[in-house]
Parts: sequence; structure tokens; C-alpha cells
Amino acid sequence: MILVVLDHDGNKLRKASLEALTRARKLAEALGEGVAGVLLAEGQAPVEEARGYVETLYVAELGPYTAEKWAAGILEAAKAGVKAIVAPSSRQSRTYMGRVAYALKAGLLEDTLESWAEGSEVYATRYAYLNRVTQKVKSAPPVVLTVKPNTTPLAEPLGQVGQVVALPIPPVSSVEVLERVQEEKKGVSLTEADVVVTGGRGMGGSEAFKQVEELAALLGGAVGATRAVVDAGWRPYSEQVGQTGKTVQPSLYIALGVSGAVQHLAGMNKSKYIVAVNKDPEAPIFKHADYGIVGDVHQVLPALIQAVKKLKD
Amino acid sequence: MKFVAVIRQVPDGESRLRIQGDRVDLSGATLILDQMDEYGVEEALRLKEKHGGEAIVVGFGPERTEEAIRTALAMGMDRGIHVVYEGYADPVTVAEALAPILKEESPTLILTGGQQADWDSQALGGALAEALDVPVVAWTTALELEGETARAKHDLDEGAEWVRVRLPAVFTTQQGLNEPRYPTLPGIMKAKKKEIKKVAFQGASRVEILQESIQEKTRLQKILDGKDPVAAAEELVRLLHEEAKVI
Repeated sequence: MILVVLDHDGNKLRKASLEALTRARKLAEALGEGVAGVLLAEGQAPVEEARGYVETLYVAELGPYTAEKWAAGILEAAKAGVKAIVAPSSRQSRTYMGRVAYALKAGLLEDTLESWAEGSEVYATRYAYLNRVTQKVKSAPPVVLTVKPNTTPLAEPLGQVGQVVALPIPPVSSVEVLERVQEEKKGVSLTEADVVVTGGRGMGGSEAFKQVEELAALLGGAVGATRAVVDAGWRPYSEQVGQTGKTVQPSLYIALGVSGAVQHLAGMNKSKYIVAVNKDPEAPIFKHADYGIVGDVHQVLPALIQAVKKLKD
Repeated sequence: MKFVAVIRQVPDGESRLRIQGDRVDLSGATLILDQMDEYGVEEALRLKEKHGGEAIVVGFGPERTEEAIRTALAMGMDRGIHVVYEGYADPVTVAEALAPILKEESPTLILTGGQQADWDSQALGGALAEALDVPVVAWTTALELEGETARAKHDLDEGAEWVRVRLPAVFTTQQGLNEPRYPTLPGIMKAKKKEIKKVAFQGASRVEILQESIQEKTRLQKILDGKDPVAAAEELVRLLHEEAKVI
């Protein structure tokens, strides 16, 4: 069996789950296995939607996320025996899949760009060295694999309805969630966004980010921030792009008032197109840019917003 | 109380990487204590300063990893343990190597970096926690001891949360948790005399690296003059729409 972890937002499956399904089906075909899904609920789980994609759907009502509970739920679903477990890559999955991989003594292939099977072995490509190097790796089954978002076509429903199996969950209570600090969700999530507009220290303060938000919204994208901006308290950590933040790979990355430190580049250097606006023509970011404007971001950004609006009209 | 920081030695992010025979060659790179692990070392030192006890650094990697262990000792860690292993090992294998040592030490808590700067893995914390059958809190930005438990704040993909966790537990660290101190000259002198226990590990990695390559994408480098911001912005939007076709 190939087991796929179906991540959801309490309403519908995430796009990244449909990518993970595509990968799981490809491995299943090559290894001569079936595909089962596991839906770990917090809030309303999209059971009806999810069962349209798999032959068997394991469902567990686990309450708030902890790595222990999620790992226990997945291991319960894997009891029937698995050749591979596939999950969309996220901070959470890269933690609980570490537990799952250890429990199964499995080969862990993290944040993979592509994956395939040859003979009985599973191969994958992934980035290493802060996104600067591409690795080709392999492991014999069982394999635990996470799928980097925006790398894989989305799976189509099967056209039939899968069987739903409720999972018994062993009690795990070592972590108690006291308080969820929800950040206001605006538009698409940073790691899945096809356009990311990031502000750097050159923005000068939190007030200027209203216009960053406006440009991101106009382009259907997400707002990012650099470490300096987050350290200054202008934006939350969840928006940080870079080595100590999130890694993004959108079609369009717009860096506003960003100098281009190595740690920041590590989080965005695989973007398809990089645009930089900075008043310093010597800023390292320009060496990594496809397009750029040497100019004052406080004058260029409002002009960019107007120009995009004009294009949309 | 006993606080353990698990560390590795990695190339500095500014270092030039070369490929030699299909693999990354680090012979010309500057190697440092992983900056993500540095937050763990600092936190172990702060916890010891506040609650007393001992702070131990445990390093995994080839002989040269001793330099990174010495750096942690120079920051103030009391003693070091070095699990010597040449080459690549996946996080499950690293956790297998470290588990017997950590079980023997029986620490109050264990800290390690949220992501490794060489293998870009985020799984060591989870794998270690499973190996020790303890909870894990990933991407921690605040940590306080409260008797048999700890209160911690950590980041999720969206937002953050406060949790109470039973100890012992594994915490993965990141920026925001603290500001790591620099080793002082007396610290460096003292570190030379501190004990580093060497442990050999014979296991083999389950995951094998077959090939590594560096593909620097050639960027178009079309940089416009922004003296006239309106004209420059309009030209940029035109290029993104008509040439790159991304908006």
C-alpha cells in the first residue's frame, strides 16, 4: 500500500495534498500497489471530497495538531503494511514524518521535487545546502516522502467513492495546546503562492507594508518579509522568507527594499522570475534578479500598484 | 538538571560550493557550527544559568566536527560528546546513533536546530523524539521551565501556538528564540581543557545520495533606472506581462 496524508484547511483539501496524491499514484503504479489516504482532522474534515481520490480513506478525529498525535494516526493507518507514505511538505509534516520514519525505520526523503521508482527502489530529487544544490537520492522501501508544494500536477478524482475507515487512536497527551496565535489570513498561503511580494529593511517601517499587501493582493499573491523586518517587529515570523523562515518557489518573486543576504536568497533563489527594487545599484539582490528598478521603493511601489491596476483595466 | 544541545558542523552560507565527481566538495569551504544549532546551544546555556545543572553539547559528524563542538564549549557548554561518522547519514540514522547516548545521559530536555544548513533536513528533532519516546516541539521561539513541564511557543505553517509539554522533550530551535553569544577569549582558553568524549558509530544511512549538482539559474538582469518612477514601473509591468508572462 502507498499511504498518502491528505492535509486540509478544515473545509477542503489543500492543493499540496492533490500534488501528494499524484506522487503517491505514480509510486503505486510503479511498485504495483494501491493508494490509501489518511485524513487527520482538526475541525471539519473534508471526508466526502477526500474519498473521491482514494480506494480507502482512513479518518481520525485527533483534535489540535501535535507531532505525536499525527505520527500515531499515520502509524495506525500504516499498520496494514506500507511501501511508502507520502505527505505534502510543511513545517508540521517535516516534523511528524521524522517520527513516522523513525518508527518504521524507513528511508526519509524530505521536501522532494520529483520522485519515481526503479525496480524496487524509490528515487527522488531535492534541494540541499540552503537550496543551492540539487541532490538525487534513493532508498529501499519503506520510504517516507514529503512533496515540495508547487512541483507536481494536481490529481483528478477517481470517479468512484472510496471506503471510509475510522481509525482508533492510541491516547497521546504529552503536549497540550494552550493558545493558538492565529495570524490574520490574507489571501493565499506563502508557500503555495504563485506570486510573492517581499518587503525588506528598505521599506522603513510597518506602515509601508500596507502597500506591499496591496500589490500582493492585486497580483493574487502573498506577502513575504526578510529577517531584518521580522526582527524589527514590522511583520510576523510566519511571513519570513529565508534560511530561518520559509522557502518559496513562485513564478514571480518581487523583492522590495531587500538587499539580498545569502540567508534570504536561500529561501527564494529557485523562483522562476525575480524582480528587485532597491535604491542601491550595488545591492546583491540585483545580481540575482531578472528584472529590477534602481530607485526609491517609496516612489516606485505606488507607481507599480498604479501600473498593475492600469493593466488589469 | 541537564540540558543537551545536539549540533552539527556545516558550510557557512557564504561559502563557495564546488562539485567534484558528482558530489559537493567542501575542501574549500569555511565550516561552522550550524547557526540553527547555535540557538540550541545558547538556550541550553540560559536554562543552566537560570535553573542550575549541566549543559552538554553532542555533535554528530566527521572528525572535523570537533571544531564546532569546541565552539559550543567556548560559548560555555560544560562538556562534549562527539559521535564520529564520515559521510552522509539521514536523520533516522543520526537519531539511531544518538539515542543510546541521550538515553544514558537522561537530560531534562534536548535542543537541536530546526533545519540543517547542509542537508536542508528538518526531521532530526522528530526522529530523535521518536527514538526517545518523548514529545517534540518544532520551531520554538520561547521556552520556560515549569517543574515537570515546559511552556513553549512555536511556529506552525500558519500562525503560532503556546503549548505545555511534558519533560523530557525535544525542542527544535530557530531565530527569535534568543541571540547566541560569542565565545570569549577566556571561554576559548577554557574550552581547550574541556572533555570531549568520542563515540564511534557503525550504522549505515538508509538514504543514499547518488548525485549532487549546482545549477545556477542565469538571470535576465534587465535593470531599469527609476529616476522616473512612473515610467520605470510601467515598463516593468509591461515586461512582466508581455515578456515573462507572469502577470
